Amino acid sequence: MEFLSEFPTMGNQELRDLKKAIDRGFREFSRAYGEALETFFEPILYFLVWFEKLLQNSPWPLVIAVIAVLAWLGARNWLVVGGTVASFLVIGYLGMWQDTMATLAIISVATLICIVVGIPVGIAMARSDRVQGLVTPLLDVMQTIPSFVYLIPVVMLLGIGKVPGLIAVCIYAIPPIVRLTNLGIRLVDREVLEAADAFGASYPQKLFGVQIPLALPNIFAGVNQTIMMSLAMVVIASMIGVQGLGVPVLRAISNQYLALGLMNGLAIVVLAIIFDRISQGFGKNIQKHRWDGH
Amino acid sequence: MGTNPGVKVQIRSLYKIFGPDAAAMTEHVEAGISKEDLLDKHAHVLGLRNINLDVAAHQVQVIMGLSGSGKSTLIRHINRLIEPTAGEVIVDGEDILAMTPLELRQFRRSKASMVFQGFALLPHRTVADNVAYGLSVQGIDKAEREERGKRWIDRVGLTGYEGYYTTHLSGGMRQRVGLARALATDAEILLMDEPFSALDPLIRTDMQDILLGLQTELHKTIIFITHDLDEALRIGNSIAILRDGEAVQVGTPQDIIMRPADGYVAEFIKDINRGRVIQVASIMDAEKADGGPKVDAETVLDDALQLMIGSGSDIATVTRNGEPAGSVRLESIATALAKPD
Repeated sequence: MEFLSEFPTMGNQELRDLKKAIDRGFREFSRAYGEALETFFEPILYFLVWFEKLLQNSPWPLVIAVIAVLAWLGARNWLVVGGTVASFLVIGYLGMWQDTMATLAIISVATLICIVVGIPVGIAMARSDRVQGLVTPLLDVMQTIPSFVYLIPVVMLLGIGKVPGLIAVCIYAIPPIVRLTNLGIRLVDREVLEAADAFGASYPQKLFGVQIPLALPNIFAGVNQTIMMSLAMVVIASMIGVQGLGVPVLRAISNQYLALGLMNGLAIVVLAIIFDRISQGFGKNIQKHRWDGH
Repeated sequence: MGTNPGVKVQIRSLYKIFGPDAAAMTEHVEAGISKEDLLDKHAHVLGLRNINLDVAAHQVQVIMGLSGSGKSTLIRHINRLIEPTAGEVIVDGEDILAMTPLELRQFRRSKASMVFQGFALLPHRTVADNVAYGLSVQGIDKAEREERGKRWIDRVGLTGYEGYYTTHLSGGMRQRVGLARALATDAEILLMDEPFSALDPLIRTDMQDILLGLQTELHKTIIFITHDLDEALRIGNSIAILRDGEAVQVGTPQDIIMRPADGYVAEFIKDINRGRVIQVASIMDAEKADGGPKVDAETVLDDALQLMIGSGSDIATVTRNGEPAGSVRLESIATALAKPD
């Protein structure tokens, strides 16, 4: 009866040895390749630092003006532009300008990386069912595994700093753009693709002339989700040394500073709303022909 | 294999079976297993069985059948959008199935273009860009593309709509874009997969007129799929009737109506207006008549009847190119008009 009431476990000693072996293995791996990886990510670090300094050191009216222009180009809507400018003025007035700029920098760079990596992966998934079969479970893991768990190996490999933070953000934020690129391409009307084939289009001609243009609304929904999710990671990323709005939030949690936490938290929300409206507006504007007429 | 110079497209012993192990099923199909048995016993779907068809150059070959008869599958074998399980497709003496991917693309770009039932236009491009799509795939520069595209836009009656997105056009106009796109590549073969089936009847007749008008000048080899017998009779120089993946009869419209190969074809044609389709040539006697009005051999029975009743004669002289070729009697017209049982 003991067999039924007690779950048959591995021996305590063996279990400890197994865990130790895994830890040791990974530590050796990080000792061997940590430096090489750091060198690999160095250009990204330089770019991130440069971009952050650029945002923080430029005169604030100039930064707001540039953001306002981008908002107009994206959304073509004066309400969005006005709201954006007002929000940034309030954020600055409440003393959160520097942190907001740091967050803006890391979100922009993370989104850029996610787009550059995610869209080609999505395309590969749409092209081959085998690739889709391999990547989908990986994306599931990335989306569901608690972020703290993958912070451990990232920090073991690269230490505390901006790059591990960036990687953590990307791991969390990249799945939607991959998934929606894949979905968007797979949803392209079969007959239209057949027509491209019938006129002798090559694979690149089909991809860039038909599939991607027709998948753009979905790809843009993916970009939008990626931005939202990377903003959601700001606080967790600040635990491993990323500057920005997450740092004061973290301090507010440990010291029970309600106002500090609320203000910085709301600043993140405001950034999210601005990004969302601008990227959605952009996605709609480039697909105008779909909604005109009829 | 010998190639007849008048034949543009030859389809030889073509089989298509859908399923994971199609090649292994060919022997069952060749042995004559029925479509139902193949599905029940082997879980494979029979698409086409032993199709043999010669399409004459510069003619309109109609392939007709009900849905599920395999006609759309058949037309896609000609430009190899679908790979056959067995058989040969030969265009101008060249085996389509032996082509490398590059040669096949070249073939699709220059030799055979296609018009689709659901139009299959690019919604993110304008009418002008859609018409020029085949040309842009070929890498032709923008100026020439626009000039050549414009010519076809004018020919199908869409002048002034160049800058519109296709989503803003009606169905009939969209299919004009589809037709212009197919014509713009100057391909000799036009594959038309139920191009007018999605249009309402009046627009459909309009489009048939446009096609027939263009054909009198262009003399393309057209393979035209339809499930509408009136359309088939109106457009086709030759009609192939498909049933459950098999060609049950191939012949001219007159052949099909006068001599249906089996009960299935007879059932198919029983509701047509015979007086408006059957031509005097199909029922005339070789013996020349002495009197009566003259009717051309291609006159349909309704018109011949009216002429003969008008002139009060029960016999008419049938002429071909103005020369007397035979005679036709009122009685034989009445027999031909009567519905066969």
